[in-house]
Amino acid sequence: MTGPAEVQAAVADAHRRGWALVLAATVRVTRDLDLAEECVQEAYAAALVAWTRDGVPRNPTGWLTLTARRRAIDALRRERVLRTKLPLLVLPEETADGFVEDAMRDTLVEQAEDAVPDDRLRLIFMCCHPALAREAQMALTLRLVCGVPTGDIARAFLVSETTMAARLTRAKKKISTARIPYRVPRAAELPARLDAVLGVIYLLFTLGHTAPAGPPLLRADLVDRAVHLTRVLRELMPDEPEVRGLLALLLVTDARRATRVDEDGRLLRLEEQDRSRWDRAALAEARDLLVDCLRGGRPGRYVLQAAIASAYAEAPTFAQTDWQGILSLYDQLLSVWPSPVVALNRTVAVARVYGPARALAEVEQLESNGRLAGYHYLPAVKADLLRRLGRTDQAALAYRQALELTRNDAERRFLADRLAGLTGPAAHDDGTG
Amino acid sequence: MAQYAVLIYANDSADATTEELAAHQRYADEMVNSGAMVAAFGLEPAGTATSMRGDVVTDGPFVDTKEVVAGFYVIEARDLDAALEIAGRNPALRQGGGVEVRPVRGGFVTPPTR
Repeated sequence: MTGPAEVQAAVADAHRRGWALVLAATVRVTRDLDLAEECVQEAYAAALVAWTRDGVPRNPTGWLTLTARRRAIDALRRERVLRTKLPLLVLPEETADGFVEDAMRDTLVEQAEDAVPDDRLRLIFMCCHPALAREAQMALTLRLVCGVPTGDIARAFLVSETTMAARLTRAKKKISTARIPYRVPRAAELPARLDAVLGVIYLLFTLGHTAPAGPPLLRADLVDRAVHLTRVLRELMPDEPEVRGLLALLLVTDARRATRVDEDGRLLRLEEQDRSRWDRAALAEARDLLVDCLRGGRPGRYVLQAAIASAYAEAPTFAQTDWQGILSLYDQLLSVWPSPVVALNRTVAVARVYGPARALAEVEQLESNGRLAGYHYLPAVKADLLRRLGRTDQAALAYRQALELTRNDAERRFLADRLAGLTGPAAHDDGTG
Repeated sequence: MAQYAVLIYANDSADATTEELAAHQRYADEMVNSGAMVAAFGLEPAGTATSMRGDVVTDGPFVDTKEVVAGFYVIEARDLDAALEIAGRNPALRQGGGVEVRPVRGGFVTPPTR
């Protein structure tokens, strides 16, 4: 007998680490996502009982996979006739035929616990297939790859559980009806498809890092899930620089987690944050990840974003930040990813290198082309530049515009404080720098 | 294998150039030769369409947009990625239009009676 607390902890750990592996291997047998999910859930429930009785197995994930697949095979036997009418998932060529027949003959069940196939990449690429809407990709990834319960996903996206359940059902129906294949894309398709996967993970991270509305600035769980997913992806695709870049970006961004707000939940600017409390181990890991990526070839979007974040974080003090270096990284980033948001962020470095007047001219140019209409950081950046130029009335107007567009409570308070501070004695505290 | 309908959207003008039509013909031949083609239909311009909604009959296409359905193929492919690969070569994509790929639920063809 093993103690109940110990078993619960082991099952929770196996859930966090092993869910994707267990589900991915079970999907191969069922070729049906709902049935696979059901069998995997049953396996985790069975683990609580069996591990209490027999002790935690040497390879918990292997145990769970074999248990889930056994259940799947039983279910298939029961429903064999009934299920022939349902559209099944398309398996890769080498396994499509004969695999389920093998399963039915029990040959799979005889496999050792260590011989479980790693189908997690297939699962990830299927969930992030471009034929699915971005919101569906994110929800499916959380549900199927991370094993997050539907109710929790609904709360993260600020929708009702019913709405989220319907969204997941629609997405799964499209996967089977349109035959979105359960396989890793071919080399020719890989760059675009990997980009979609990285985009989904980055959005999940962002959603956790700065909640789009309401009080909690940080939803630690989503952030941790995103970092974990990127680590898994890196383990599965060790040679992809952009995967390493994304991991570095998330690590650097998250390293400042403890210092982003003060004790009262007030948002702190980079120059106000206590650098001694940043997660040095995470920053060092990010630095190591970036070294090789920046050396070889033309660095991609995530590598460059990570390099920028890392340059900010590596400066011993805010004043010693290498603005020229950051500006040149922004120029590279803008050439591989010509996004107006990047152009806006770049103006922050422009202000440091060439002064706020030149930066303001660039912000106004971005404003006039209209592609950032409704983006609350544009008036916020503009307001800050106007403030530094001593144009207080125009700064106040821009802060009000930013406030109108901002939903996050901590960010709203920050802007309101800045607006209130405009009339105070410290209006020009930091001059041009 | 599965069947997909490829709906071809184009600007609604009756006057496609000879080169454009030739590109479509070459593409169709290619699909026939590869065995992917199940059926192909080209439609007359949307000006010849008549739409019915409830009891109301109106002139023109059902949805009034710049691009209209100009024709459709039914192709056979093993999965969506393979279907997108085939549909992605459709000349409409490089003539200012595009395609929509939809799984076929079922169907049959009867030739027009004389």
